[in-house]
This record gives sequence, structure tokens and C-alpha cells, in this order.
Amino acid sequence: MFKKITVFSLVLMVAGIAFAGGPVLINGAGATFPYPIYSKWFDEYSKINPTVQFNYQSIGSGGGIKQITAKTVDFGATDGPMTPDQMAEAPGRIYHIPMVMGAVVVTYNLEGVDKGLRISPDILADIFLGNITKWNDSRITAINPDQKLPDQDIVVIHRSDGSGTTFIFVDYLSSVSSEWKNKVGKATSVNWPVGLGGKGNEGVSGLVKQTPGGIGYVELSYAIKNKLAYAFLESQSGKFIEPDLESTSKAAEGVEIPEDFRVSLVNSSNPAAYPIAGFTWLLIYKNMDDAVKGKAIVDFIKWAIHDGQKYTEKLLYAPLPDKVVEMIENRLGQIKY
Amino acid sequence: MKRKDRSDIIFRRVLAVFPLLILILVGGILFKLVTASSLSIQKFGFTFLFTRTWDPVFENFGALPFIYGTLLSSFVALLIAIPIGLGTAIFLAEYAPYGVQRVFSSLIDLLAAIPSVIYGLWGIFVLVPIMRTNVQPFLGKYLGFLPFFQGPNYGVGVLSASVILAIMIVPFIISVSREVILAVPQVYKEAAYAMGSTRWEAIQTIILSYGKPGIVGGIILALGRAIGETMAVTMIIGNNVKISASLFSPGYTLASVIANEFAEASDKLYLSSLIEIGLVLLFVSIVVNSLARLLI
Repeated sequence: MFKKITVFSLVLMVAGIAFAGGPVLINGAGATFPYPIYSKWFDEYSKINPTVQFNYQSIGSGGGIKQITAKTVDFGATDGPMTPDQMAEAPGRIYHIPMVMGAVVVTYNLEGVDKGLRISPDILADIFLGNITKWNDSRITAINPDQKLPDQDIVVIHRSDGSGTTFIFVDYLSSVSSEWKNKVGKATSVNWPVGLGGKGNEGVSGLVKQTPGGIGYVELSYAIKNKLAYAFLESQSGKFIEPDLESTSKAAEGVEIPEDFRVSLVNSSNPAAYPIAGFTWLLIYKNMDDAVKGKAIVDFIKWAIHDGQKYTEKLLYAPLPDKVVEMIENRLGQIKY
Repeated sequence: MKRKDRSDIIFRRVLAVFPLLILILVGGILFKLVTASSLSIQKFGFTFLFTRTWDPVFENFGALPFIYGTLLSSFVALLIAIPIGLGTAIFLAEYAPYGVQRVFSSLIDLLAAIPSVIYGLWGIFVLVPIMRTNVQPFLGKYLGFLPFFQGPNYGVGVLSASVILAIMIVPFIISVSREVILAVPQVYKEAAYAMGSTRWEAIQTIILSYGKPGIVGGIILALGRAIGETMAVTMIIGNNVKISASLFSPGYTLASVIANEFAEASDKLYLSSLIEIGLVLLFVSIVVNSLARLLI
């Protein structure tokens, strides 16, 4: 009997040692938009470094900000930068680290018009403000001489749920239209002047597909995967830019990027850049409470911005430009753990 | 004898704990909703109930369009569901052969068990196109003189949401009403026939009046479900913060705005206003249920 107990306690001790040296479990929560690439990264990274395990809940950017502020997770993730008020509320200094880039495209349902309808910033803002209500409005036909546009009502379709996609889209409208900026503004949900609300990318694209004359906005990756018709947008240089991964990446090259990365990339001055693009960020504390977890997170980010970027293309995210990767490395050097 | 008394008392006290638990639960929910929405209650006061704006950017919040959308969609759903539900229940209980009754009863229970997201998806892909191409143009053509059937026809909107809601609540009305009608004592019915009543008269005078409290209970249960239904309605109602008399126009409900915006709301006042919407939803349910009990 006594012997049995000794063996049992020995087993327990061995298990205890193994556990202490076992995997580091890192919890994160936040944005839904980068979820596919993050889960791919976590999966690939755990093959290279099996001691680190990630657990990521895609509950939305707002939830990510709330949880990192409350320190219930080790990192947060967001598609819209934290506001100064939110930064002040956090118990420590939070760093925004860009991981990949995404774009928002304008999709529509017009019979006989495939992708490539040309839209200028002022027209887009006026459509979503309800100032332009017909597809054959003279301003639209003037820049689309090759398309036959019908005498049809425009049905605006937007996201009904709060979303980083909406943030990037209305951020763009605010930057190109003072009327939009003053009347509506930018946030993850806004007070839409006109239109119908669909839940999620699938809700918006579903409504656009079903509604003749519909126009809405979805993530670039969603539009490509589902073969939606999307518009070419006029950039600052006056060229009409097709949204793709390359033109999205270029958006980061026409904007001066501050050291803290809390920057909007919409309306880039780069002539080849697609104008409705943005970063998606990881949120981490500058001073990490847990040295082991802190190091593991920093190592992971270093891997993700270098080797990890090769997975972006297949999952339809735009990779970070080299200049940004360099800046992130400097930033990571300031993190203490 | 004495021992039996004591066990009765213990049994009674144990039983009394359970309703108390419910009371504590409801009280706890109410307390949490009020404390969590105190910021919004202080800022807007009663104007929250009468403001027609919902603007997260400029932080101006009001619940009126959502209250209106919730009440309107639930009311229209009841208008559609009550005749269908009651008619089906009477037919199954009074006219249908036993075999038919059994098959239909299990089908109806099956309807009640379908998750609401399935109804929502079916609504988007099947119901909405039918509403847009067939039902709404028809209504607009023949009943277009009424303000309820005017304006642009998108397919999604209050009417489509009400139809989905009606489909979702009909099983409740049928199940409860059927049980109630079956529970009417046979002797009462026989008495009616003995007085020379036709079948219709017997149903009208005996069954419906005897079963009224039970049937009303079923309708209130259905109404409660309609007011609180979130997923299917959110997918179909169009989610537009405005008040319009037309059933074709998109609307918004209390439950939908919470489901849509809660995850991303991070500003304090915004979050607090969303929680106050939850509080309003609770009160709307209580008021509507009490009114329904009084009226019917």
C-alpha cells in the first residue's frame, strides 16, 4: 500500500515538472476580419515552436479593446485604432502593431455591368448620403462613357453590425467629403442617412446580389472569394484603381506612418494605391506582466511580419510593405518583459 | 399523524424556495440592467424613449424607432398568426381524424424546434425574393391606397420580418390552443349539441369561451417570443433606424440593435445606451403582456 502511494506521488511530481516546462498558453481576442490569417499563423507557428500555443477569440474589435484594457487576455486585436480616451483608460501603455492590410471594396448589382464601374470619391459620398439616387445620374454616366447605366433607383446597403470594415469605409468617406464628416462621421457603427442594413459581409453581399440597383461595401477578400462585381475607385492622382492585394499594399506607401502606427491609410497619395485600405493591429502592453508570455508574443510577431507574410496572399490579405516591417522591429525593441 | 404534518411543512417550504429563486433572478437582471445603464439614464432621462436618433458618432441615442419596430413587427406577426394558429387548432382538435391529428401535432412541434438562424437564412434566400417579386407588388397594386402598403419595395422590411415571426410563433399558438380545446369536458359539448347547436355554434359558445384563458395564454407566450426574437428578424428587417407607416420599409427592433452593435460598442455612453435598450425591451415585454391580459 505504502509503495503504491510513493509511486503515485512520484508520478504526480513528474507530471508537475512536465507541466511547468510545458506549453506557454497565450490568449487573445478581438477583430474578426484578420481571424483567418491569425489562425493560419498560430497553426504554422506552433509547428515551428511547439512550446507556444495561441487561443484567439474573434469577438470583434470592440471586444478586443475591452478585454486587453481589462487584462483578461494577453493580446487584443482591432481593425480601428483605439481612441485617445480608450488609451487613457487602459492600465498601461498599449502598443498598436500592424499585422496585415485589408481593403474595402464597393460592390453593386447592375444588369449588364460587370466589375469595373468607375466611381469617384465625391460620387461615392453622395450616393451614401442619399444625394444621388439614380444610376443614370449625369455625374456617374460622365465618368462611365462605356457603360449603359439604367434608369434605376440606387439602393444603398450597409453593415448593420458594428464592424472594422465599416470603420475603414466611413473613415474614407469622412476624408473625402466634408458633408459626410460633419453629418455622419466615422465609427464602427454610424447613423446612416439612407439604406438597408445587412448583418456581416455575407448579409451585405446577399442583399446586394438580391436587390437590383443595390450598392454596398465588403472586404476585398470576401469580394474576391465570392466573385462579386466591384468598382474601380478614383485615387488622389485621378486614376481609377482596381482593388487588389498589390494596390492595397501600396496604400501604406503614400501615407506618412507615425511611430505608434495609429494611422488611417485611406485616401493614400500614392498614385497606384487603392484608396480604401487599412491596417489591422495587434494590441499589446509595452510593459508585459509575464516575461515568458511577453517574449513568446514578441517572437511570434517577429515571425509573422517576416516569414508569416508569405501566407497572406493565399488568404487574400495584403502584405505589409518592407518599410513598415522595419518600423515594427524598432517598436518591438521597446517592449519590456 | 404528526410526522406527516411535519413532512408536509418541509415539502411546502422547499417548494417555496423555487419561486423565490425566480424572483431573485428577475430582480438581479433588473438591478444589473439599471446600474449598467445609469450613465445613459442620467444623460438622456425620459427623452431616451422619445428620441428618434441613434447616432454612435455624435453620441445621441434614443429608443423610439426600435420600440416602434418591435411593437409593429410583433403586432403584424400576431395578426397573421392568430387566425392561422387558432383555425389549425380547432380543425385538429374538433374535425380531423385521430391519425391526421397525430401526424400534424408532431410536425408542428418540429416547426417550433427549428433554430431561428435557419428561419433567418430561409427568409433571406426564399421568403424575401418572393415578397419582393410577388407579394409586395400585389399588395401595393390592390391595397396601395393604404399607407401601410406604399413606398419602395426592397423585399427586406417590416412585413417580411413579420411573416417570418408569424411562422415562428404559429406552432406555439397551435400547440397550446389544441391542448386547451381538447381539455374542454365532453359533457359541455354534448350539452350544446343537445340544445340543438350546430358544430360552429358549439365551438363558438362552449369551446372558445371555456378555453379562452388558455388560448390567450398561448397567444401571450407567442407574443413574448415575437418581441424577443433576434436573429431571424435582424437578418430580414433591413435594420434602418427610422419610423415609417409603410410595412414595406425597413425597420429595426430593440433586440436587433443589441445583437448588431453590442460586440463593437466600446465607448461608455454608447454601451450604457445599448444596455438601456435591453431595459426598455424588458419593460416593453412586461407592459405588452399585461395589456394583452387585460384586453383579451
